[in-house]
Amino acid sequence: MAQVLLSNVRKSYGDVEVIKGVDWQINDGEFVVIVGPSGCGKSTLLRMIAGLETISGGEISIKGTVVNKLEPSERDIAMVFQNYALYPHMSVYQNMAYGLKIKKIPKEEIEERVQKAAEILEIEDYLERSPRQLSGGQRQRVAMGRAIVRQPAVFLFDEPLSNLDAKLRVQMRLEIKKLQENLGITSVYVTHDQVEAMTLGHRLAVLNEGVVEQLGTPIEIYEKPQTVFVAGFIGSPSMNLINGKLDDEGNSIVLPEGGTVKLSKGKKQYKGQEITLGIRPEHVTLAKGKENGIEVKISVVEQLGADTLVHCTLGKGETKISDTGFVVRLSGIKTFEEGSFMSLNFADKHLHMFDAKTGKRIE
Amino acid sequence: MTEHRPILTFIAHLTLILGIALVAFPIWVTFVAASHEAARMVQVPLPLLPGDQFFVNLREVFVNGIAGAGGIPVGLMMMNSLIVALMITFGKIAISLISAFAIVYFKFPFRMAFFWMIFITLMLPVEVRILPTFEVVANLGMLNSYWGLSIPLIASATATFLFRQVFLTMPDEMLEAARVDGAGPLRFFWDILLPLSRTNIAALFVIMFIYGWNQYLWPLLITTDRSMVTVVMGIKQMLEAAEQAPQWNLIMMTSLLAMLPPVAVVIAMQSLFVRGLTETEK
Repeated sequence: MAQVLLSNVRKSYGDVEVIKGVDWQINDGEFVVIVGPSGCGKSTLLRMIAGLETISGGEISIKGTVVNKLEPSERDIAMVFQNYALYPHMSVYQNMAYGLKIKKIPKEEIEERVQKAAEILEIEDYLERSPRQLSGGQRQRVAMGRAIVRQPAVFLFDEPLSNLDAKLRVQMRLEIKKLQENLGITSVYVTHDQVEAMTLGHRLAVLNEGVVEQLGTPIEIYEKPQTVFVAGFIGSPSMNLINGKLDDEGNSIVLPEGGTVKLSKGKKQYKGQEITLGIRPEHVTLAKGKENGIEVKISVVEQLGADTLVHCTLGKGETKISDTGFVVRLSGIKTFEEGSFMSLNFADKHLHMFDAKTGKRIE
Repeated sequence: MTEHRPILTFIAHLTLILGIALVAFPIWVTFVAASHEAARMVQVPLPLLPGDQFFVNLREVFVNGIAGAGGIPVGLMMMNSLIVALMITFGKIAISLISAFAIVYFKFPFRMAFFWMIFITLMLPVEVRILPTFEVVANLGMLNSYWGLSIPLIASATATFLFRQVFLTMPDEMLEAARVDGAGPLRFFWDILLPLSRTNIAALFVIMFIYGWNQYLWPLLITTDRSMVTVVMGIKQMLEAAEQAPQWNLIMMTSLLAMLPPVAVVIAMQSLFVRGLTETEK
């Protein structure tokens, strides 16, 4: 079984620790996506699994073997790089066959495997071309073909789609998903792209400053972010986060800019506490009356066609650029007058509350 | 440049023609001189049109050489020059490739110190270190040999530096892809680095071949045996041929012959050479 186990994996460059103890089990055939802002250590973590970076502490095992000291080629992995990393002087066929040739696999078998991979990826017609004659999408396919022919236990993807244009990215995303489902090979995929993160993986790991903030299915992470960071990072446009304070009964949240949000279920145990209130733009509704809503001033309206994004500021005073932004996403085309006021409502079940100090979720 | 001004065009072409004439005239004189009898070459004015002795002179120098200068056939000199130039060229390229590979791709103590040591030798041309080098070569018994003529000239900071820069432009991901594919250092070197540096190797081949071919001082110093004379020193010796007026027709013929191999190398490698100097895409 091609399981990948990470236990207390650490990486430091000198005194700087970039991966701070990651514990993780990736099951056989599972597709896991690592997502995080740039510099969070996600690529480093992937490269440690690949064996391209040394491991400063902890253990990584693949298929039950500890691989800490093994060369990349001995780990039974295949990797797809962001810049494709094809060998420019070799034809597509040679690119795909190179690893197998080194492994001294008989010629007939190499040919068979390359042909098969080429069929799966629909690149049979390009086998004799050189990479520089191919488009970005085709090169990415060749890079994937090179990974497939190795028949590895684990696929590693390092932001493979970030060099493609938007349309091709959508297409390749679907293809990667289908490919992984058909082949059933354990895969780890690093990205900073929201949509790739949400759609591709069975499970999602949100990494921040070398720590896994949350690990779960994409829907779990969307619906129940465990920390303020995850709440703000997953979702586009990102979740509105505003500071507030629970009142003395714990029945409603008082906002410093004015206004209160009533809770249907009181939080007595947290009464009087400073909290961060989170609400996704798509869960905000326009209030009919003024009861149980907060008043905002509309600053910018963006029409996206399918949706309308309304950027507002809290409070009634003069608007400054740096004011706490509040985004509302309404479906369909809606028109608003910029500079006018409106009242907003949010359903209780869509409210997220986090401890203002620790950033942890409050249930 | 879509304007059409006849006068400008005329001036431009005139400048170009003058430039070409300036470069080509000495070569023309050499050719003309090589096609006359010795006697004609000491009369004034010197001829500007070719004579009919070209092939006679050619056979004379190629097979017999100039009697007064030791009678060494130019064919032998050219063979010596060719062997030495090729040994220097291949030696330089091989050594520089390997040292640049070590400096760029391996982590070892004092790596940068070694790089700077190599780099600093750029400031020490052969002429500066000629005495100690002679001492070493003499002690090793390499005087009057191809080894002695080529080995001291093989180490090359320029070429090492050039290959280092080339290797530094190779994307890291390519090295990593090769590691994932299971290529060890030597395979990576042979299968990936070498083919990708092909154009740079060609460019360096041209430069280094001409450098080796044109060597004068060093061969002059360490060869006493007449069978080891290279063509560049040979020409000089012909001028000083004992008790004779210089045989300009034969000397010029030798010069003409000595020009051929570098020209041939440049022409053969021209397209690769240009790409090697300009290509950036990896």
